[in-house]
Amino acid sequence: MAQNQRVNERVDVLIIGSGASGAAVAWSLAETRMRILCLEQGDWVRSTDFPSNGRDWEARRYTDFDISPNRRGRDTDYPVNDDNSVMKIANFNGVGGGTVIYTAHWPRMHPSDFRVRSLDGVADDWPVDYWALERFYDENDRMMGVSGLAGDPGVPPRNPPMPAIPLGKTGVRYAQAMNRLGWHWWPSDTTIATTDYDGRAACINLGHCTPGCAQGAKASTDITYWPLAIRAGVELRTRCRVREITTNEHGMAAGVVYYDADGREHFQPAEVVIVACNGVGTPRLLLNSTSARFPNGLANSSGLVGKNLMLHPWPIVSGYVDEALDGGRAPITSMWSKQFYETDPERGFVRGYTLQFNRGTGPVNEAITSAATGRLPWGRDHHRVYRELFGYRVSIGVACEDLPEEHNRVTLDPVLKDRHGIPAPRIDYTISENTRRMMEHGIARAQQILTEAGATRLHASRTVLNSPGHLLGTARMGEDPERSVVNAWGRCHDVKNLFIVDGSIWVTSGGVNPTSTIQALALYIADQMKQRLATLFD
Amino acid sequence: MGDNAEPGLSAAEIRDLRDIAGTMIPESPEHGVPGADDPAILDDIARSLGRDLPVVRAALAAIAGKSGGAFAGMERDRREALIDDYYTSGGAPAVALGRVILGAYYRDDRVLLALKMEARPPFPKGYTLEQGDWSLLDAVRHRPPFWRDDRPSAAGKR
Repeated sequence: MAQNQRVNERVDVLIIGSGASGAAVAWSLAETRMRILCLEQGDWVRSTDFPSNGRDWEARRYTDFDISPNRRGRDTDYPVNDDNSVMKIANFNGVGGGTVIYTAHWPRMHPSDFRVRSLDGVADDWPVDYWALERFYDENDRMMGVSGLAGDPGVPPRNPPMPAIPLGKTGVRYAQAMNRLGWHWWPSDTTIATTDYDGRAACINLGHCTPGCAQGAKASTDITYWPLAIRAGVELRTRCRVREITTNEHGMAAGVVYYDADGREHFQPAEVVIVACNGVGTPRLLLNSTSARFPNGLANSSGLVGKNLMLHPWPIVSGYVDEALDGGRAPITSMWSKQFYETDPERGFVRGYTLQFNRGTGPVNEAITSAATGRLPWGRDHHRVYRELFGYRVSIGVACEDLPEEHNRVTLDPVLKDRHGIPAPRIDYTISENTRRMMEHGIARAQQILTEAGATRLHASRTVLNSPGHLLGTARMGEDPERSVVNAWGRCHDVKNLFIVDGSIWVTSGGVNPTSTIQALALYIADQMKQRLATLFD
Repeated sequence: MGDNAEPGLSAAEIRDLRDIAGTMIPESPEHGVPGADDPAILDDIARSLGRDLPVVRAALAAIAGKSGGAFAGMERDRREALIDDYYTSGGAPAVALGRVILGAYYRDDRVLLALKMEARPPFPKGYTLEQGDWSLLDAVRHRPPFWRDDRPSAAGKR
């Protein structure tokens, strides 16, 4: 024990991270009446803190509400060395985690996503399937408050509790084009309230969902799961940065060492430790938790901790129509298409992608992104061209499935550290040939759709400035301890009182935004734990 | 409005910034808007530099270097050509310079009003989003399910 280290009272369950999965598992386990503590390295974010309260609402998405921790640089953030990655890391460190700054697009994985080896002969099947998760998807939809429309032929049946977001002018433009092409489209499921729902008011269209919703219409776990979990007795302690998970003489997790807001070192003992730090933060923590018994990092006998990182390459194709639309004055999410989701061998790649149809953006972002792509000139033509762009933008994101490859990985940077001296994560990541073919296919289809919608000045960004921030696969699930880090219900093969519930346990990535599946999986693991309480460590 | 009130640029750098910003986004009587060298906008830019101060300073120095310290005295065509060349080749400092200028310019009341925008933050008033024509979905509603059902009971159905 270090000098001056404070030793806290033992808890039954210690959860590290209060984001999508940490909140869900805390709420679910609360009914056990166990003593549950969650340590979160960031702060609560007040609704008055969000950018859309002020006139600098757009500029702040490039500063203190940037989705890149390196750019954001809050003292609650940790740096990430992503120099050797074509995609950059995005996250948010605060109560609610990434749900504070996501777009609230809410597709589920498809059944085929859990059976990629059996159906398509690539990667590995998951040890759970869609149908085991289905009721947890439904439960999570109720908890987060989802808007959408039942009856979509492109996805398994589900019944969102609130109506879909209006199509608006932008959605109509897309829908007409998709109907002419004969391709599937459907209004997106989102976690944006379209009616009053569980204390949240219906969305008033601030149009700036990603860097936090000042109104609270967008679900993030700080306003959905956490108030209920805290009311049920869970303790959430903020500004607590965990350095390492320690183990005892039996090879079981003993607790964690963390630093509080004043930099004081604490030891927090626990009977069960649950890691919910995302696909970069979790391997970082495990790799930093070395000991004589676990010299290569905790739960890493397979050598797979940190490997198989999947980031979801996400090309965006944009263009401009001849009609003023509703960009910047409504949620960016509009609709999706599953036309190219399931594998078709004729396309020259396996697996597939979702097309995500977006609304345009506000005046500053239009200018910044258009200048960066060369569409908006400087000088005497600036004003004329800007008036042809602002308000007229349409864009489609291509959410490509990223297959696991061991060379895509998170390791510990030998030099870079956070402000507590904890080694920072380093990312090595390249895009595979299969994914590149998928990206080009998706870009071509998006260009075809936008052209059909009457758009010109098309531009394709293959890797965008701010990547989607989906951090997956670095502590994968599986039945075989030599080929996976956790078992089929989230327990580490090597340490029987250590669980992982975040996106790092994903086996493959699907071609969808991951949060609904991350949370459904966390609820599933919590349910498994509750069913096995008497034999949890057997 | 800025995220950091740290005093940063020297008086000479502010003058350079004014000349550069006014070249990048000039005043336009035709569109009824000031240039980015307008005193109020320039002040907003300077107050908003925050963490970008070092790279913006580097951008100003690079442009000064490319113009031999005579940017303000150059003809407009040459100034614009220099800016175009620098913006496409100048890397992070150039992008940061553009971002802070655009960020301040397109939140100025006069600029927003000329764009027929309301000069206000999104919250608390928000905006109205029309429903749109939901009958467009009729073309899709009647498609048979086409997601792959992996359950044994589904075998042979699709």
